[in-house]
Amino acid sequence: MNLITSAIGQGLLWGLLGIGLFLTFRILDFPDMTVEGTFPLGAAVCVTAISHGMSPLLATILAFLAGMVAGLITGLLYTKGRIPILLAGILVMTACYSVNLRIMGTSNISLLGKQSFFTNSFLESLPKFFDSVTLGLFIIIIVIVLLALFLQTELGQAFIATGDNEKMAKSLGIATDQMKNMGLMVSNGLIALSGALIAQSNDYADVNMGIGIIVIGLASIIIGEVVFGELTMNQRLVAVVCGSVIYRFVLLLVLKAGFGTNDLNLISSVVLALCLMLPTIRTKLGLGRVLRRGVEIPKKQVNDND
Amino acid sequence: MTNQPILELKHVSTYVNKNTPDQIKILNDINLSVYAGDFITLLGSNGAGKSTLFNVIAGNLAVDEGQVLLKGKDITHLSEEKRTKYISRVFQDPKLGTAPRMTVAENLLLAEKRGQRRGLRLRGLNKQADKFEKLTSTMPNGLNQRLKTPTGNLSGGQRQALSFLMATIKRPDIILLDEHTAALDPKTSQELMEATQQRITEDKLTALMITHHLEDALNYGNRLISLQNGSVTNDLRGAERDAITMDNLFTVFEG
Repeated sequence: MNLITSAIGQGLLWGLLGIGLFLTFRILDFPDMTVEGTFPLGAAVCVTAISHGMSPLLATILAFLAGMVAGLITGLLYTKGRIPILLAGILVMTACYSVNLRIMGTSNISLLGKQSFFTNSFLESLPKFFDSVTLGLFIIIIVIVLLALFLQTELGQAFIATGDNEKMAKSLGIATDQMKNMGLMVSNGLIALSGALIAQSNDYADVNMGIGIIVIGLASIIIGEVVFGELTMNQRLVAVVCGSVIYRFVLLLVLKAGFGTNDLNLISSVVLALCLMLPTIRTKLGLGRVLRRGVEIPKKQVNDND
Repeated sequence: MTNQPILELKHVSTYVNKNTPDQIKILNDINLSVYAGDFITLLGSNGAGKSTLFNVIAGNLAVDEGQVLLKGKDITHLSEEKRTKYISRVFQDPKLGTAPRMTVAENLLLAEKRGQRRGLRLRGLNKQADKFEKLTSTMPNGLNQRLKTPTGNLSGGQRQALSFLMATIKRPDIILLDEHTAALDPKTSQELMEATQQRITEDKLTALMITHHLEDALNYGNRLISLQNGSVTNDLRGAERDAITMDNLFTVFEG
């Protein structure tokens, strides 16, 4: 039971990462590699600030802002510097590694014995692991409601249109470069926020905690899509979070099956690859039909090869 | 023609590979005045410079020499985004004109704010439902039944009809139609062309339309321009234009 509660809590906190990535990967429709740098950046900024005596709330907000700055740099390299987005992201991600080391001064910092979001009397009064579930739900709901509202505004619609058909968006006078910068900023802000929360929940920040992050974020998005299928935009945001929780359960099963934590990146990639191939496999094998109707004996095909 | 032209091109030239041995002149000293109510059909073979001319007017191609004036104001250096306030465009490729994952109504809503500031106000889609229903029912192919359908699921003809509506929903000073029916089957193409003519005449819009279809160039519009090697070779209107038929078209153009 504890394991399940813990998985849900972690899934919710990691869900922010999925939502952040969703803004660029699905809505703007490009892969943003900055993620691997901004996730540990958020953790580094938050944990360092807390260990210097800043209040956890302010430190978390600071982490969000730091992520936005990193996103803006990627955006400027891409829109103004005309560097391809994949490369721009990799550049900022690589630079972030050094920046994170500078911020922390060492490769990892522990938060043990320090204040954090999780050390308030209400959360501590809850049963074990229910603190991250409560906090995760609280923050996820706020973020999803704000994002859903934003996407329904004129600006939000222009943002969606930019990713959907840039040429059309331009011909309607939408400043597409600005939309991309905005998307990258909000996306990386949310990802840094996710990093800050995970670091506080784990009680430490490590400069290497960003490795493989993009795969985890993508897995949340793709699992959500595979499981829930066609949805509206608002439902898709929720599906990403559900995908993130399901992904935590998959990891739980894998660990139970005897794999170690060192194998997790391999497992993550395998899970993601399988999910990405699922549509192809499904059509090839007719699995969808089999799952829905059971195995049918195919009728003799009369018009074959004529 | 005492009134001021809406759009004026003065000595406009453009090159590719400028200042290299491979320099080619695409538009060659074009002078063109477009007046309110003009519905210009633009003829010319491949490479004549029709699309370049449209790109120059829309602002996604900078001119190398000359000036572009809109209602007397110099817009030569105004960005494409800023020009969208005055100029709308329909592309040839049905995929280019609409956002595929957004619904028909959402696309119309986007187009309604063409060239305007988009803020954090809620989009107010439901308030406009009746208006959109009425507007789409002016199109021949059942677009009004599909208001809540993502445009990616529409037929090419429906998408082009939607693109055309999007280009006119907020009245443009100039509308550029870049072979907007070329990708459609003959029947759909003709229906959309009729609807286009009707809308442009009723609303007294000013339009430029590229076409490769000689019949269309004669049947629609009220002014006919032909381009060749980047220069205007014919510019006919009024009685002169009406005198052209499919039979004497080539003699007029050769001469």
